[in-house]
Amino acid sequence: MSIISRGFRGKRRDAGDRLPPGQYLVEDFPVLSAGPTPRVPLDRWEFAIDTEAEQTHRWSWEEFMALPAETPTVDIHCVTKWSKLDTTWEGVSLDVLFEDVETAAEYALVYSYGGYTTNLPLEDLLDGKAWIVHRFDGEELEPRHGGPARLIVPHLYFWKSAKWVRGIRLLNDDWPGFWETAGYHNYGDPWREQRYEGD
Amino acid sequence: MTEHLDGNALAGPLGELFTVDMTSATGRCASCGLTGPVASLRVYGPDPGLVARCPGCEEVVLRLVRGPGSAWLDLRGMVSLRLNVPD
Amino acid sequence: MRRLTWRPAELVHSSAETATARTLRFRVPGWPGHLAGQHVDVRLTAEDGYTAQRSYSVAGPADGDLIELTVETVPDGEVSPYLTEDMRVGDQVEIRGPVGGWFVWRPADQSPVLLVGGGSGIVPLMAMIRARRQAGSRAPFRLLYSLRDPARRYYAGELRRPDPGLDVTYLYTRSAPEGAARPARRIGLDDLAEGGWPASFEPECYVCGPTGFVEAAADLLLALGHAPERIRTERFGPTGG
Ligand SMILES: Cc1cc2nc3c(=O)[nH]c(=O)nc-3n(C[C@H](O)[C@H](O)[C@H](O)COP(=O)(O)OP(=O)(O)OC[C@H]3O[C@@H](n4cnc5c(N)ncnc54)[C@H](O)[C@@H]3O)c2cc1C
Ligand SMILES: [Zn+2]
Repeated sequence: MSIISRGFRGKRRDAGDRLPPGQYLVEDFPVLSAGPTPRVPLDRWEFAIDTEAEQTHRWSWEEFMALPAETPTVDIHCVTKWSKLDTTWEGVSLDVLFEDVETAAEYALVYSYGGYTTNLPLEDLLDGKAWIVHRFDGEELEPRHGGPARLIVPHLYFWKSAKWVRGIRLLNDDWPGFWETAGYHNYGDPWREQRYEGD
Repeated sequence: MTEHLDGNALAGPLGELFTVDMTSATGRCASCGLTGPVASLRVYGPDPGLVARCPGCEEVVLRLVRGPGSAWLDLRGMVSLRLNVPD
Repeated sequence: MRRLTWRPAELVHSSAETATARTLRFRVPGWPGHLAGQHVDVRLTAEDGYTAQRSYSVAGPADGDLIELTVETVPDGEVSPYLTEDMRVGDQVEIRGPVGGWFVWRPADQSPVLLVGGGSGIVPLMAMIRARRQAGSRAPFRLLYSLRDPARRYYAGELRRPDPGLDVTYLYTRSAPEGAARPARRIGLDDLAEGGWPASFEPECYVCGPTGFVEAAADLLLALGHAPERIRTERFGPTGG
């Protein structure tokens, strides 16, 4: 027996076929957090790619800002069922950051200021599928949304788009991240509704 | 700004899993050794999951994810837990 | 004791507490009783199965299987405006509880008690005041109630009536009544020093309200020398005004 609260709809709006199964549209931008919001001064910010051969590629904020930028407009889908269409970001494609990186690794572990981690196959970060962004909707990315810079991997559930990103470690073996070790799906494809472990 | 809740907010979600009140149990943080009631942890969430952090060192003490038909509970940040159990 | 489950609950009465808050009385068949300070989780389910749940403190002792919650309307909130504006008597929600064994006051406790509430954080503190009165307890209580302006007072009539052993102090943050000695401002060290108990009395302190308020008040109590283990807090999140 289920109890219906008469007239309750929640804050959702109607769906279209741009929505993966089970998702609802939102107009606002919900903030989900697993800890305090890190404050990272730009003069101490850095982004690093560490390869399986212990090679490290680093960018200071200045170096990062000097890289060619793109302004992708993408749909984002959160595992907690909200989706937001046509969000516009500005940042650097991971293809640019990986240009000089030599690796045979298959897996990536993304890590953040504040200790958050998330894992995904390296190929999901390449070929125009992912960006490190520092602007949202024409404005500087706010700390609560992941500023100074966050990862955006829009084809996977949004927990893979790590806020406050600090680096990517390349690995020969998969290493499940923060939510992936606590019940969430290891890959997280919204179109196949891979929310939880076993979905 | 910090927008966490207290460990008290875990009472319902944990009450679904345990028969004793877990929020008045005393736990010891695995990273810094601070001892105190689960109710005094700093709780973030509830979505995508509840994350309870130590008020002393901010390390993760407990995580709880609730999916359809399953709950995942991770207590790796806690060395031990003393529960009030009626005799 | 057994594991908690969701119980159907029917709204049987609803009354305005202020222009933006309502006290809601629910019938929860099989209600097991609760302690002052405990809360419940309320779950709403839409026709298509979508659900949302939030926590609410129980406002006073149960009357059989009737319990009362007081809910502040958060503009644009998902759950609170449904409870305060859309729900009609006879409508249903699900309730899980009572829960929480830490932020509670038991009538057997004899120590002095300091209650510090901000906005809707008064709700579980009022439950303690009511439980004290119902039990005929002599434990001395002081309530410091921080709120924007006099029109935001919850339980105004009831708190005005004399209740021996209970002192009530209002701390207005935006506008104080005409002629008030204390100008409107945020809670400060003086407020807790004057309206609270000296730390040497070893009072049990209960602090509840929006997260920022709780943080500030708990820090002030620590600064006044109250022991951390005697300061119990309940943060409501960013809400509560
Ligand atoms: C243990 C516990 C007990 C509680 N007891 C009570 C109680 O007795 N009475 C009560 O009224 N509430 C209580 N709360 C708060 C309650 O659970 C909800 O958080 C509150 O009703 C808001 O829910 P909502 O769905 O309406 O808003 P949401 O949809 O959750 O929030 C809407 C949006 O507004 C933001 N927001 C919320 N409040 C504000 C604000 N004041 N100013 C600016 N932005 C804001 C949120 O961050 C969010 O982005 C309690 C919370 C806890 C954890
Ligand atoms: Zn610790």
